[in-house]
Amino acid sequence: MRASLYARRRRRNAVAMSLSLLATMIGLGWLVLILGVLLWQGLSGLSLKVFTEMTPPPGSDGGLLNPILGSLIMTGLAVLIGTPVGILAGTYMAEYGRYARTTTVVRFINDILLSAPSIIVGLFIYEVMVAPMGHFSALAGAVALAVIVVPVVIRTTEDMLLLVPNPLREAAAALGMPRAYIIRHVAYRAAKAGIVTGVLLAIARISGETAPLLFTALNNQFWSTNLNAPMASLPAVIFQFALSPYAEWQKLAWTGALIITLAVLTLSIVARAVTASKRPS
Amino acid sequence: MNVAMVNTPQVNRIAADLSGLSERISIRKLDFYYGDSRALKAISLPLYDRKVTAFIGPSGCGKSTLLRVLNRMYDLYPNQRAEGEVLFDGTNIISPKQDLNLLRARIGMVFQKPTPFPMTIYDNIAFGIRLYERLSKSEVDGRVEESLKRAGLWNEVKDKLQANGLSLSGGQQQRLCIARTVAVRPEVILLDEPCSALDPISTAKIEELIEELKADYTIVIVTHNMQQAARVSEFTAFMYLGELIEFGDTQKIFTTPNDSRTQDYITGRFG
Repeated sequence: MRASLYARRRRRNAVAMSLSLLATMIGLGWLVLILGVLLWQGLSGLSLKVFTEMTPPPGSDGGLLNPILGSLIMTGLAVLIGTPVGILAGTYMAEYGRYARTTTVVRFINDILLSAPSIIVGLFIYEVMVAPMGHFSALAGAVALAVIVVPVVIRTTEDMLLLVPNPLREAAAALGMPRAYIIRHVAYRAAKAGIVTGVLLAIARISGETAPLLFTALNNQFWSTNLNAPMASLPAVIFQFALSPYAEWQKLAWTGALIITLAVLTLSIVARAVTASKRPS
Repeated sequence: MNVAMVNTPQVNRIAADLSGLSERISIRKLDFYYGDSRALKAISLPLYDRKVTAFIGPSGCGKSTLLRVLNRMYDLYPNQRAEGEVLFDGTNIISPKQDLNLLRARIGMVFQKPTPFPMTIYDNIAFGIRLYERLSKSEVDGRVEESLKRAGLWNEVKDKLQANGLSLSGGQQQRLCIARTVAVRPEVILLDEPCSALDPISTAKIEELIEELKADYTIVIVTHNMQQAARVSEFTAFMYLGELIEFGDTQKIFTTPNDSRTQDYITGRFG
C-alpha cells in the first residue's frame, strides 16, 4: 500500500517536473532566439564606425553616434530628475508616512503609474511640454523618461527600506539619534544595494523606451546636444530605420538593437552583482 | 542549567535597607495603551540609582512594554500611548514636551537581538559618540577603546576595528551593542532580554558586564530567565497581566514572596 502510494507520488512528480521544464524551455527559448537573431543580424554591422559616425542619409553608410549620444544624454538627464524624486518619495512612504493614509493612496497611484503604457506618458508630456513650447525637444524626452523612472525608484526604495528591520531603527533611536540621521546613516546604508539596483533597473527600463520619445524628443538626423531641440535616440532611430526600405538603414537598426540589448544586459548583470554583494543582514 | 551559572561571580547581596538608596526614576500610576487595549495598569515603581532592577513575569505581562516606556521607544509607533508619570530628575518624561532624542541619549537601551549598524565596528561606536559631543579624532579613538574594553570586546576586535560590525558572532555583536550604549555615557541602561539570543558563555560574559556596569549606571533588565534575574539584580519587579504584582529586594522576592502568584511563577508552576 505504502509502496504503491509512493510510486504514484513519484510518477506525478515526474510529470510535474517535465511540465515545469517544458515551460521553462519555452520561455527561455524565445529569449535565446531573440538574442541569437540579434547577434546574427547585428554583430556583422558592429564596427568602430558605428560609434564614430553620424546616421547616414539613405543609400550611404554611416554610424549611430548621434542616437547613442542622444540616448545617453536623455537617459542620464531622466535619471538625474527621476532618482531624487523617487528616492525622496519612497523614503517618505517607508519612513515618515509609513502609517499615514497618504502613503496608501500614493502607493496605489504609483502602482498604476508603474504599469501605465509608456505611450500615454509620451502623450502626456507632449500635451504639457511639447505643445506649449511649440516644438519637440530633448528636454521633453528626458522628462517623459523621468516620469517612467520615478515610479520604479519609488517602489524599490520603499520596498528596500521596509526590509530594513525595525529593531535596527529602534537601536539607532535608542542612542538619541534624530530621525533624519537614522534614515541617512542607518536605513539607507542597510538598503543601499537594493536602492541602487532599483535605479539600475529603471535605467534599463527607459533605455529601450521608444513611444515616449517619439512624442517628445522626436528624432534628429544630425549631431545635436541642444536640449531645446529634437534629439536622436537609439530606440527612435531603430524604429525609423527598421521600417525603412533601405538596406543600410535596416542593417544599422539591427546593430542599434544589439547595442541597446547589450547595454541593458550589462546593467541587469551589474544590478544582480550589486544585490549579491550585499552583506548579510 | 548552564555554564553561565557556574561562571558568574558571586553577587554581593545587600540587605533590604532602603535608607541609603536614591530613586533615579519614579514610575507613578503608569498606564499604557496599544490602541484601546490597556497593557499596563497603574504601575508604580521606583528604580534605584546604581542598582540593577529586574522585570520578570510570563510572556505578555507587560515587562518589555514598561521598559520601552522609560526611553519613549513606543513613540516610534502610532496608536501607542502612556498615561501617568515617569519622573526622571524631577521631570515627567512621558510628557509630550520631553525631547525624545535628548532623553534617549541619557537612557540607553540594549535589545533582545543584537542590532549592529551596517558599518564598521569602530563607526558603530563612534557614531553615537559624535551625535552629542564634539570630540577630536584621538578623543573618539580613546572613547571607542574604553567602551570596547568595558564591554569586554576590545581584545577580540582591536585588530579589526574597520571590519563590518555584522561580521562578528552573535555574542560579540551584543557586546558591541552594549559598548555602543555605554560609549554615549548614558545615566540609565535598559536591557531588554539581552541574553535570550545568546549561548551560555556569551550570557555569562554579559552578566559579568552588568555586574561591572552597575557601579556607574542605573540598570533595568527584562528577563525571562529567573536565575538570571536572581543572579544580576538587587531589586525585582514581578509583573502579571499588565499589573505589578510585587516589587522588592531580589533575595526576598525569590525566597519569601508576599504574593502567591509570585510564588507560583518563581517556582515554575506557571509562565
